[in-house]
Amino acid sequence: MFTLESGSGFWNPLIWILIIFIAFLLFYGIRGFGKSLYKKGTEQTKAFLSGNKEAAPEEMHVKASNLYWGFTVSMSSLYSRLRKMHTGNVSDYLLWFIIVLAILFLVIGVI
Amino acid sequence: MTYLEALIQHSVALIIAVPLLSAFLMPLVSRVHPILRNIFALLMLTVTGCFIGLLTTDVLANGPRIYIFGAKELTLPLVRILFEVDGINVFMAIITIILAIIAVIYSWSFLDKQDGLDKYYTLLLLVVTSALGMEMTGDVFNFFVFLEISCIASCALIAFWIAEGEALEAAFKYIVISSVGALFVLFAVGIFYAQYNALNIATIAQAIQFSFLDKIALILLVVVLGMKAGLAPMHMWLPDAYGRAPPSVTLVIMSATLASFYGVLRILFTLYGNILPTSIRFDLPLNVVLGWILIVLAVVSILIGVIMALIQSDLMRLIGYAAVAEVGYMFLAIGTTIAALGAPYATVALHGGILHVLNDALDIGLLFLVAGAIYYVTKKRSLDDIGGLARTMKFTTVFFIIGLLAVAGMPPLNGFTSKFLIYESVYQLNPILSIIALLCSILMLAIFIKVLYATFFGPELPELKDVKEAPKSMLLAMGIVAGLAIFIGLFPNLFLDSLVKPAADALLNHTQYITTIVGGI
Amino acid sequence: MIQYIPFIAVVCMIFIGLYAAMFRRNLIKIVIGITIIESGVNLFLITLGYREGGVAPIYTSLPSGTVYPEQMVLPVPQALTLTSIVIGVAVLALMLSLVMHIYKKYETLDVQEMRRLKE
Repeated sequence: MFTLESGSGFWNPLIWILIIFIAFLLFYGIRGFGKSLYKKGTEQTKAFLSGNKEAAPEEMHVKASNLYWGFTVSMSSLYSRLRKMHTGNVSDYLLWFIIVLAILFLVIGVI
Repeated sequence: MTYLEALIQHSVALIIAVPLLSAFLMPLVSRVHPILRNIFALLMLTVTGCFIGLLTTDVLANGPRIYIFGAKELTLPLVRILFEVDGINVFMAIITIILAIIAVIYSWSFLDKQDGLDKYYTLLLLVVTSALGMEMTGDVFNFFVFLEISCIASCALIAFWIAEGEALEAAFKYIVISSVGALFVLFAVGIFYAQYNALNIATIAQAIQFSFLDKIALILLVVVLGMKAGLAPMHMWLPDAYGRAPPSVTLVIMSATLASFYGVLRILFTLYGNILPTSIRFDLPLNVVLGWILIVLAVVSILIGVIMALIQSDLMRLIGYAAVAEVGYMFLAIGTTIAALGAPYATVALHGGILHVLNDALDIGLLFLVAGAIYYVTKKRSLDDIGGLARTMKFTTVFFIIGLLAVAGMPPLNGFTSKFLIYESVYQLNPILSIIALLCSILMLAIFIKVLYATFFGPELPELKDVKEAPKSMLLAMGIVAGLAIFIGLFPNLFLDSLVKPAADALLNHTQYITTIVGGI
Repeated sequence: MIQYIPFIAVVCMIFIGLYAAMFRRNLIKIVIGITIIESGVNLFLITLGYREGGVAPIYTSLPSGTVYPEQMVLPVPQALTLTSIVIGVAVLALMLSLVMHIYKKYETLDVQEMRRLKE
């Protein structure tokens, strides 16, 4: 009832949950070996920003459009092409539809 | 004949009739009291759901069911409409009604302060009717009529927030694209009628010849319905429409979209089922050519959907692109099935594809509901303006985490079960396709982790200090979907054996469908 | 040859309509283009329904000397066309009302300017 057969493999969510549970127990055990030097309310809890002062929390929030900035910049040639493709013009939407229709027509109908 | 038997016999007609008639009763009911209107919509959809349940048990036990509108005994040529229901039809109808009921529960408090709700509920029930009609009909022209109804009603619903120019723009784009598409479907219907003098799917499927005209009809139908399902590069209307419609509307429009996907399945496997293995040129069978075309388009949709979702700043639009990628997974599965028709992994791919329809509806639906809840409490669309919402919206955060894990195909949630079947079977056709699909799933996880961090984590923003948790009906709707997602993830076989396998058998066994219908007339 | 002229007209109308919808910038002209496509498809259906020597299937007004029901025309394409025309009117009305509201919000009918939703 739980095992999903795919012909070449299987998947059982219960085994997976059991493994995750055991892994968490293992991590918890390893965590116990750590040193307990942490003290609240001392210098230890402050963030270290290369000697700069910590800004107010509202200013520290990384905005969504700045996340993965490196990825989008390194893929900028792909993104500029895709941006050019998504013109937002309804005539172009129709044009894409006709292009796909024409390609399929050539592949299946003519050739 | 007992009452139950009579109900089961007429449930095919009642499934269409109940939402259709209650749609037009809705303006009358909403004059009495707004709460009565909400209860009425919910009740009528539940009644429809009960009929679908009855029909499902009957169809799974006794095989395909035919319902004839019009004269039973006729000597003249067939001038009547037949509804033909088998495993795949009831499977799609179940998805549609689940989405519709959740949308109505959600809109109870999501839209409580808006005007024009009587028309809203009328249109919503009409979209549900049209999606159910597309999924149950056995007549190509009737399919076109329901397609047009869904197109008109969805367009009016997309423009529900009429005060925003963007909603109007999205609605206009939607109606231009889908009315042109629907006209091409009508053209294909004309081609069928000209050649075979019939409009019934089974009758056409029995007589189909694969002449030049049939090729044109096949291309028109597959491309139009693929476009309505959101296949790249014809997907551009989808993020526009999904991003600007109210999220409760998005759910029902998604059911219409999935009904178009069902149309692709029906056309490929049943209507052209007899001639799929014939070779067209250079000893290439039609199924291989068609399957690889679908696979290429599917991979393009997965890539474009994921890559474009990464740079979106509007949350609902981002989920719209994720929906494009999910549609790509479904088409990848059926493309594999068609390209490798007859191989054992083709059946597995079809199982994965059909199960993914349900999982996509639930996962993307859940994300849209969460996005709607965020919009409801903050009134902001852009991800850049929100942050730190987990402090006040604890339940919504949990639901979003469930949704993001499910949509990215992380075990043990439902998205994984179908994607697992798709990966394993596609790998046997071509490993590269499977690797692309897997990588895009990981990228999807990365995108939604970004959304999770940007909206729910991080410091509390001063302008969002006094936001509250979403209202109870919205939480209930999200909770139902999240519960279903976890349930399917833990017990995939329950759904696979009872619903998905009969659906796949109904598609692969097209001769049985044809003989049942043609012999039963 | 003469019997192919309606089909040539159908193809011409569909292509003219597609041209208008794809390359014209005015929203109203795009709507007109879609209507032309619709008329082309309706013409296609009507052309399919034509049978030489057939009569309309009305029992009370049959011309004398007709053999019925063999000579009667099955009016399915005509019924399809009527349905399609009704749907077309609904789509046309909806599209024009949307264009009206878009003009109020955007103050232009240029499709190139109607691009707030892109990328």
